[in-house]
Amino acid sequence: MTAIAENRPAYDGKVLDLTGKSGARAFKNTLATVLIVLAFVVAMIPLLWILFTVISKGYHLLLSADWWSQSQRGITVRREGGGAYHAIMGTLIMALITAVIAVPIAILGAVYLVEYGKGTRAAKVVSFMIDILTGVPSIVAALFVYAVWITVFGFNRVGFAVSLSLVLLMLPVVLRSTEEMLKLVPDELREASYALGVPKWKTILKVVVPTAFGGIVTGVMLGLARVMGETAPLLILVGYSKNINLNPFDGFMGALPTMINQDRTELALQPAADRVWAAALTLILLVLVLNLLARLVARFSTIKSK
Amino acid sequence: MSSPDGTAPPDRPDGTADQEAPRIEDLVQEDAGPAPQFGGLASEHADHEAAQEPAEVMTESGVERAGTATAPDPDGKLELGAVGHLGDRLFGGLARGSGGLVVLIVAFVGIFLLALAIPALADDKSNFLFSRIWEPGGDDPRFGIAALFYTTVVSSIIAMIIAVPIAIGVALFVTYYAPKRLAAPVAHAVDLLAAVPSIVYGLWGILFFAPILRPVIDGISTALGWIPLFDKPPGDNVGVVFTASVVLAIMILPVVTAISREIFAQTPISHREGALALGATRWEMIRLSVLPYGRSGVVSASMLGLGRALGETVAVLIILSVPNGNDPWNSSIFAGGETFASKIANNAAEFDSPEKTGAYIAAGLVLFVVTFLVNSAARIIVDRSTPGAKRPRRNRRAGAAEGASA
Repeated sequence: MTAIAENRPAYDGKVLDLTGKSGARAFKNTLATVLIVLAFVVAMIPLLWILFTVISKGYHLLLSADWWSQSQRGITVRREGGGAYHAIMGTLIMALITAVIAVPIAILGAVYLVEYGKGTRAAKVVSFMIDILTGVPSIVAALFVYAVWITVFGFNRVGFAVSLSLVLLMLPVVLRSTEEMLKLVPDELREASYALGVPKWKTILKVVVPTAFGGIVTGVMLGLARVMGETAPLLILVGYSKNINLNPFDGFMGALPTMINQDRTELALQPAADRVWAAALTLILLVLVLNLLARLVARFSTIKSK
Repeated sequence: MSSPDGTAPPDRPDGTADQEAPRIEDLVQEDAGPAPQFGGLASEHADHEAAQEPAEVMTESGVERAGTATAPDPDGKLELGAVGHLGDRLFGGLARGSGGLVVLIVAFVGIFLLALAIPALADDKSNFLFSRIWEPGGDDPRFGIAALFYTTVVSSIIAMIIAVPIAIGVALFVTYYAPKRLAAPVAHAVDLLAAVPSIVYGLWGILFFAPILRPVIDGISTALGWIPLFDKPPGDNVGVVFTASVVLAIMILPVVTAISREIFAQTPISHREGALALGATRWEMIRLSVLPYGRSGVVSASMLGLGRALGETVAVLIILSVPNGNDPWNSSIFAGGETFASKIANNAAEFDSPEKTGAYIAAGLVLFVVTFLVNSAARIIVDRSTPGAKRPRRNRRAGAAEGASA
């Protein structure tokens, strides 16, 4: 018993008395079990409740073809009809641009941390900054891009600015998961490649990264899932447009979060409420599908050491 | 670092480099090579590599040179990278550049926010840190962050107080209580909470969850109303700080749970089995071995959750009712209010003059600094705490073995 106590530097040194009345101890054990199971139940309630609310209120609009092919052009809050095509496309376009910018930087950054900078102080600084970037609130990322894009350069509020701020949010997610995967690539593979005279950069591009590819894809999908649901940058960096606008460099753009935001003050009106919940369900579906895909990819592409 | 024969290294194209043995000039060149955005950090790195690489060239090109200090790699691992290709230089430069870019981005966030906030702060007629007034713009701008800071911190801390015990419970459930087959689906279900967009949390929170919380709010304020913090102002307002806190708690639950879960699962089996072998019940085993082992991990997970809660925007924006400008400021958690993030998002339409924008950017800067401090603290706790944080199993097992033999 003392051996256990000695090996716990984090513990305060008191030794739990294991020789007391067994009734009280059994009771405590049962109580703890009940509390722990209860904690789990409590945690599940909001998830099920939210999913139930959104699905039951939003599913019927999703069943119509119009929802996937029409915009809200010319449709006022009181009228039914129209779809979310403009918002879905806006969300996808902004997410795609974000991915195109963030993914190469993230993968190269992870390559730096694992293959080039391992153990150096520079890598530690980079690693620390990634942790900080992980914690940057989306509203701060949005304000930063606002400061650069609009105040300093004088450009307009457009979809591309949103993508820039989302890059800050997606970069650390993809970088960290890529780093974890690159670390898992066995050194034997690298050494075999070097032994064949393959230069380092080709080894990384043709051996290390392909081996870790599944994990990298998982990270990209989780990153996309994170940025798609963000609302704060949309509020600050682009206006909401009911029309279809596929050009991220010009004009306002629809997006699912801002579509929800647009009508959320008019929930007393049935058509508006329907649209809000249907847009919420569409957004959750997009994010969920990405999450599930990411997990599937992760499951089927684990690196085996031999 | 000059080449041995004193000539400048020729800049060869990639193709010819393949036919020849790599030469030392290329390596020298690479070491001094492009790390454009890395500044002082890169030189240190270069020194580190320079110590190893000349030795490698010697062996690879078959030239033996006595007296070259071939210090063996401290890890005992042969580093056979970096032959002097143009591709290597480019790719290495790109990788280093990306690493440097991350550092630059974080630095730029701070610098730009600061640069745009300073003019507005200079014009501020009231105390920025201690005033509760928010009237930026105009000839007589007055704004201070005291009220925003208070609401932000209080709502986030309450969220953390609610979320952490539940997260510990869920993490213990997943790691040590749930049947094996159930554990993975349960863990994924909790992770799904993170997949719900924050705007949906906000809508659900104010429309469906807030009415349920009303009796709780009434109960607490009746019992503890003599404390100003729990004093409920008259009216049926449900968009209060407490409601926002509970919703924030749900939102940070998956983050805290995921990290705690990983730490708990790493508790050395010898600790757990030792406790059980001494007759500990399952709960006593957890108290004796799992919780002490995972304490620092849980603390840092809570800090990360706190950081999330501090910066959460849209859910808070939707839930919190903005107090009427004429009402006196109320410190109660059962009153409305505004956080940094909700204030900024709520007034995005007001960003018309540089002075006004500057005021909001100053608020954003404070939020950035606060989250920076909280996240750094979390990181430092992880780094410094147990030796178990980095390589838990080996270390702890070795320690346990020693303890057992003693």
